[in-house]
Amino acid sequence: MAQTDTPKGVPHSIPALLARNVAQFGSKPAYREKELGIWQNWTWAEAAEEIDAIAYGLLALGVNRGDHVAVIGRNRPALYWSMVAAQKVGAVPVPLYQDAVAEEMAYVLEHCFARFVICGDQEQVDKVIEVQGRVPQIEHIIYQDPRGLRKYDHSKLHALADVQAEGRAAHDRFDKELKTREAELDFDSTCVMLYTSGTTGKPKGVVLSNRNIILTSKASSEFDHLDPHDEVLAYLPMAWVGDFIFSIGQAMWTGFCVNCPESADTTLADLREIGPTYYFAPPRVFETLLTSVMIRMEDAGPLKRRLFHYFLEHAKVVGPRLLDGKNVGAMDRLKYQLGNLLMIGPLKNALGLTRIRVGYTAGEAIGPEIFDFYRALGINLKQLYGQTEASVFITQQPDNEVRPDTVGVPSPGVEIRIDDKGEVYYRSPGVFVEYYKNPESTASTKDPDGWVATGDAGFIEPDTGHLRIIDRAKDVGKMADGSLFAPKYVENKLKFFPNILEAVVFGSGRDYCTAFINIDLTAVGNWAERNNIAYASYQELAGHPKVMDMIQSHVEEVNRSVATDEMLSGCQVHRFLVLHKELDADDGELTRTRKVRRRIIEEKFHDLIDALYSGKTSQYTETEVTYEDGRKGKIKATLEIRDAATVAAGAPAQVAAE
Amino acid sequence: MLDSTQEGYTTEDGRKIGGVVMEMRNITLRFGGVVAIKDISFDIREGEIRAIIGPNGAGKSSMLNVISGFYNPQEGEVIYRGSRRPPMKPFQVARQGIARTFQNIALFEGMTVLDNVMTGRLNHMRASLLDQAFWWGKAQREEVENRQKAEEIIDFLEIQHIRKTPVGRLPYGLKKRVELARALVSEPSILLLDEPMAGMNVEEKEDMSRFILDVNDEYGTTIVLIEHDMGVVMDLSDRVVVMDYGKKIGDGTPNEVRSNQEVIDAYLGVAHD
Repeated sequence: MAQTDTPKGVPHSIPALLARNVAQFGSKPAYREKELGIWQNWTWAEAAEEIDAIAYGLLALGVNRGDHVAVIGRNRPALYWSMVAAQKVGAVPVPLYQDAVAEEMAYVLEHCFARFVICGDQEQVDKVIEVQGRVPQIEHIIYQDPRGLRKYDHSKLHALADVQAEGRAAHDRFDKELKTREAELDFDSTCVMLYTSGTTGKPKGVVLSNRNIILTSKASSEFDHLDPHDEVLAYLPMAWVGDFIFSIGQAMWTGFCVNCPESADTTLADLREIGPTYYFAPPRVFETLLTSVMIRMEDAGPLKRRLFHYFLEHAKVVGPRLLDGKNVGAMDRLKYQLGNLLMIGPLKNALGLTRIRVGYTAGEAIGPEIFDFYRALGINLKQLYGQTEASVFITQQPDNEVRPDTVGVPSPGVEIRIDDKGEVYYRSPGVFVEYYKNPESTASTKDPDGWVATGDAGFIEPDTGHLRIIDRAKDVGKMADGSLFAPKYVENKLKFFPNILEAVVFGSGRDYCTAFINIDLTAVGNWAERNNIAYASYQELAGHPKVMDMIQSHVEEVNRSVATDEMLSGCQVHRFLVLHKELDADDGELTRTRKVRRRIIEEKFHDLIDALYSGKTSQYTETEVTYEDGRKGKIKATLEIRDAATVAAGAPAQVAAE
Repeated sequence: MLDSTQEGYTTEDGRKIGGVVMEMRNITLRFGGVVAIKDISFDIREGEIRAIIGPNGAGKSSMLNVISGFYNPQEGEVIYRGSRRPPMKPFQVARQGIARTFQNIALFEGMTVLDNVMTGRLNHMRASLLDQAFWWGKAQREEVENRQKAEEIIDFLEIQHIRKTPVGRLPYGLKKRVELARALVSEPSILLLDEPMAGMNVEEKEDMSRFILDVNDEYGTTIVLIEHDMGVVMDLSDRVVVMDYGKKIGDGTPNEVRSNQEVIDAYLGVAHD
């Protein structure tokens, strides 16, 4: 292995980092949570005391070295403390997705053989109790919020506050034991085990060591110059590696403050009250925020609306250049400042984004317009590319080099290699130790030299060194003439239009590409209303000639943009149709996380695909659908198929740079 | 059938129900010549969920208004915690620890959720006008205490996200929840709910049912509710009073009531030959 050296002066475990923080900034806020309408505050010293109390309590309950302690609940300081307390006593915290159904939970609890489960509230306790028959090894369930649990059988059930009280009482009894166990922790002991969401097959437990987490947190914190005065809002699932890195890894490393919202519904209000300086959100959050701004501006008075659009247009040109530190004329600067005073500043304040120094988005591709909107407001929004197996960071965008179409340069300490099939491999100090109880998968993912396959196809731009991700490696194919076929690349471009909800592009082994389009009922319905287009159903709206015209113009715009890319110019969409039904997870066409299941769609709509490749202008089809109550029905429709203009490959296309 | 001794009983799900807190004895309520309630007697026990059901115009809301002191019956008496209750104004009844919600929501539409909930603490305010005007001394302490209580209820009913939203902007289901919050914040020992699920969709009904059970469980509040949705009534309540044309035609556990021929007739109608 390439990673055996141990840097000097780096604490070797999360509990060691905690001790360092208590010594360095003991009276500085470490955690905040809004409770009963008031932000409660814990300093590092107070947090450490709470963590110790939980740790003593866990010892009193009989937690052994190496035990797995499952943690399930929404982001709350006490659950973060529980994870650190588990580490202190030599156990391994295993955070679980709180919205997982009992069945999924049972699999994970069984797989990691958890003897202890720490739950946020009654909902989680109920789920654990429900599956207890399958996981009889669970000895104790600890809960934080006692609501509704008073009358439960408490022979195996404990309130976290009681566990802490017992722990405090048992302080003297276990003091020596706790110190011994804490001292045993080193760089190679397991820090946390996180289960991957499991889009294919069963979830896998990714074992991450202290080395993985601490070195990654160190490198990434230094990359973005995070400091102890930063504030983050912890609202993403605790079971997700990103939250572990941001709210525990980087927070412990730099000593910044982790703020927990009052409830999931109040996140946006809490965001505004806290005004985080460092922020992470998946693209969907940014999209929703932008849509709500745009809709509210439509309802604003004419003066405000004009001010908004006037300054936004200007900001879109100047804002990103200012952020990148490029040359901007004095007049433009002045105008931007004026806009900042009148429009941008107040808008950022309303969104709670005023103080953001660094913002990240990852997980999926983000639309360039969305990306540019936030950059125009002067928000330093960047993209990163990562995986659980890498302790998040593989590549990230440095300040001044932010572009919507790349995912940045390799993070400090990460090496990247592209194999001859185009798949991206990486090696870093953050590379996971193993998949728990699954040596075959470990061996097939990570080679003996520590290189890990990402499963994504991509390439490194020769002149900038930025990585560009094209598609999932297994979806990338060749067209009949041998040119590269990357459906996701084109689908993403299509989906960036608000009117297009979903797109499925076909073309592997064919002469040309075709596409199924799903309209976005909210956006297109709104548009229809404004343009006096009457429609009675989704199907009617989807088939409306004006809607077809609109979608055609979108497809052609995408073609022009695809044509500028030499490698992928063959992926232009020649023929398309607008589907008569929304693709739905209930019908098996999407996964529960709304990812397209190509194979199933190809089988189900083979008549439509044949029609796309046969030159017909319309096709009659019948589709079986499942209603929400489980009944089945049939939708019949005759769909129009249109040809879209394409740009000849290699021709000097005149397309505005994106 | 239960006797009217002070001994409690245990429900099917194992909850302990205490002695009688309120007893209606031979209540008759008339509006001019119309007899709204005719000679009805029943009791309400500590900690139970007691439902009053019946077809439209059966006199259910009138009964609730008798309990809340809004109507004073011409005949019969209300025994509250062992002693006969003299005719009272509703605010006096409220001070005795009886709170209610209304069939058609009665909130202050222009005020925020928090302010609406705070009005429910009115009975707990003792500070003088002067203190309150200057927010000084006792008034300040009271306000902090009341806000604390209001926030606990807001947390309990999971309406934190609309704390600062004017009630007029809320959907119907949430308004109902705010009304429940306002009733709860007065820390009642008996809570009267007039059709808490009326006009709600299935999901809202499920939420409301859960909150009613939680209130009963967490605060030990005795709950008297009127409801049309039979499924909800049968699931929620420990005992049910059935009324028809101002008369009591049934009283007992949901199962007893379900098999009562008179009740079936009242709901399904009888063929007259």
